[in-house]
Amino acid sequence: MEITKDNIEKKLRDEFEPVYLNVDDVSSGCGLKFDTTIVSKKFEGKQLLARQRLVNDLLKDEMTKIHAFTQKTYTPDEWEKKQQKTITNPECETKTMNACTGDCKK
Amino acid sequence: MNSSLFRRVIQQYSSIRALNNISARFTSSSSSSSSAESKTPAESSSIDPQFKKKIDDFIKSNKVAVFIKGEPDAPSCGFSKAVLQILNLHGCDFKSQNILDDQRLRDTMKLYSNWPTFPQIYFDGEFVGGCDILLHMHQSGELVNELKKIGIQSKLSDVNNNTTPSSAN
Repeated sequence: MEITKDNIEKKLRDEFEPVYLNVDDVSSGCGLKFDTTIVSKKFEGKQLLARQRLVNDLLKDEMTKIHAFTQKTYTPDEWEKKQQKTITNPECETKTMNACTGDCKK
Repeated sequence: MNSSLFRRVIQQYSSIRALNNISARFTSSSSSSSSAESKTPAESSSIDPQFKKKIDDFIKSNKVAVFIKGEPDAPSCGFSKAVLQILNLHGCDFKSQNILDDQRLRDTMKLYSNWPTFPQIYFDGEFVGGCDILLHMHQSGELVNELKKIGIQSKLSDVNNNTTPSSAN
């Protein structure tokens, strides 16, 4: 099956029943690249590594062909708190591909 | 494919040994090793014990060990660069291996860590994750605590006490 944003979205949606899901296709000359944000109750009680392993296992076939893949995984509570934080400190919104260098001054 | 039909066909034309090898590929249940089995025979799900020992020794003898694309002063990928930036911000010593220089290492680390991408980060012999996880730990302040647990004082530990991340000095 061709690896597309829609196919990845469907797989993630079917598996995690997310309250929020975003998949961006940011593919470039280097190859297939996807940024994902997944908010799901299924992440509750799981550390970040365990959550990402769940996603990796689900997409293990796609991963052999994808060049780059980022994933942000939240529980619904964490997501709600993050939304609140973003509203009060919009400068903290980190662009997906850019690591925060800790330069924000507050 | 019907696995029993496949077996009968192969039985007529192959040795029993070949049959066992091929049927194992088509009848094994889906598992984390299935994507590795579908590749060339060289990329099997088992790791050469001597090579594994070299990896074991590397990650256990360095408190912070990272497998990256490129070199610490010249990373070849944005994610590896981000990891290096974060570790440098914290003033954290580390040892790295360039997986672009060694295809065998690159393939093996995916199996060793059960992780499909790079960079890969180890703290005190334990797999931490990739760039996403390290970035999250840095932004949340967790990284200072995790480094402290393995005996590394982060340059940002005073900043962390103020709960506001900022650049060092």
